[in-house]
Amino acid sequence: MTNRPMSFYFLGAFFILFVLFLYGPNITIAILSFQGENGGLTFPMRGSSLHWYAQLFERQAVGDFSSALLRSFVLGVMVMICTVVFSLLAGLAFRKHFVGSSMVFYLTLASLILPSILVSLGIGLMFDRFGFTPNWFSSGFGSHLTWTLPFGLLIMFAVFNRFNPSYEMASADLGATKLQTFRFILLPLLAPSLMGIGLFGFTLSYDEFARTLMTSGALNTLPLELFAMTTNVTSPVLYALGSVTTLVSLCVILLTLVLLKQLNRKPKHQGK
Amino acid sequence: MILSRQIHSYWQALPLTLILLGFLVFPICVILVVSFWDYNEYSLIPDFILENYEFLLTSNVTLKAYLQTFKYAFLSWFFTFLIGFTLAYFLAFHIRSQKNQTILFLLCTVPFFTSNIIRMISWIPLLGRNGLVNSALQTSGLIEQPLDWLLYSDFAIVLAYIHLYTLFMVVPIFNSMMRIDRNLVEAALDAGAAPWQILKDIIVPLSKSGIMVGSIFVFTLVMGDFITVKIMGGGIKANVATLIYNEISLLQYPAAAAGAIVLLITVLMMLMILFRLVDVRKEL
Repeated sequence: MTNRPMSFYFLGAFFILFVLFLYGPNITIAILSFQGENGGLTFPMRGSSLHWYAQLFERQAVGDFSSALLRSFVLGVMVMICTVVFSLLAGLAFRKHFVGSSMVFYLTLASLILPSILVSLGIGLMFDRFGFTPNWFSSGFGSHLTWTLPFGLLIMFAVFNRFNPSYEMASADLGATKLQTFRFILLPLLAPSLMGIGLFGFTLSYDEFARTLMTSGALNTLPLELFAMTTNVTSPVLYALGSVTTLVSLCVILLTLVLLKQLNRKPKHQGK
Repeated sequence: MILSRQIHSYWQALPLTLILLGFLVFPICVILVVSFWDYNEYSLIPDFILENYEFLLTSNVTLKAYLQTFKYAFLSWFFTFLIGFTLAYFLAFHIRSQKNQTILFLLCTVPFFTSNIIRMISWIPLLGRNGLVNSALQTSGLIEQPLDWLLYSDFAIVLAYIHLYTLFMVVPIFNSMMRIDRNLVEAALDAGAAPWQILKDIIVPLSKSGIMVGSIFVFTLVMGDFITVKIMGGGIKANVATLIYNEISLLQYPAAAAGAIVLLITVLMMLMILFRLVDVRKEL
């Protein structure tokens, strides 16, 4: 098995094609978002400009884009924090078998698997019947958590399955309290995974449409704004918005990766 | 002692459980109750009628929508499985250094983090009447008229599903492939097995659980989706979830609720079949 078989090159080509398929469309709209002022939704490019990006930030032109962005961002951060904390706690709970644990587990799976439109409709109806006003930070927040928490918990399972408990035992043997063990042993070891969960939580919430549909109340989040635009905007401003939101997601991913690297580096420095 | 240990587990699992009860279980109960209610243009009327279901279950539109939904689900599953399995196989068995594996894997994962809606509208400049695909085909002389079925068609819908959801196949299949003991493959090679025999008799059976988990994801995501059908179908295609969405837009909540309950039952029945075939909990 030292020489690469033919199938390697064949499969490699397939992989490259898939990556092109994956990124091609996004790159296309990124290019088209720089259309000139008279440009349309397709090629050819009629000049190039930042006209459509400028349009985004003019309030009247395409709806309230900047407040929608801000709302989605704040909601994403709220969801991220709760997802990290609640998944960590639940992950710790599942390390020991407790009565009812399989019920909680199947509930989490159900949350992941049930069609989003059901969750959206249900929460919307519930708020309506109880006379609460749906809002992106109340009902929307809850509906997003039903999407992010299952991902968080599943990642926690994967993490704890590969986790070596002897560090904790050593810490306990040396006389550390439970809280100290948690603070100085468990938390630093789990930090990279927790950041992964945070990344998942933020971006899933930031891009969530179906579960926000009936739960965001009167004010739109960014995906809702985008969806509204797909039905009534037929100019490259749509592509500009698409490219901006993609850029935000990419920045969050990059930031997380950089932080992860920093975290991984730290212990080595201390070791020296 | 055992009880005091369990107490810790209980408060730790509490926040997650409460959120899921409050924002998942209870809302679904509300849907169930409302699905039996009556309604007019202005309001919902608490009642116990079966008309919502009766209308739903005897309507031709519903039947057609369900057929469409199953068609999309099956086609998407078929293609995401073929592509996802091939990619996972390449990553797990052909890329040897773990670092390269991670990099290539991340490359596939990044688009998952951007909005589905954007990934869908990205197809417009490619597939539209004046899009890149049509112009390329026309300049090369393969076709004279632009193809109309590229966008706003079943083709576009299934293509978008493949674009959106193949990753959900790659991840679990890759995971189970990484757990296959490489000695098995070596032994099979030594015993003179052909590559396709290794694939058929070792790799496919041992990655069955990953295939199942991926299939569950793709099936349920496609079954409950309405945005893709709405955007990529150009508003002329309908599946079950778009019917529910339309009823929501018309504020016909009891009808939407009945549709939602029937969809829920359908999805649960399919899941029960799939769960029979694999123990998900063992796979994590």
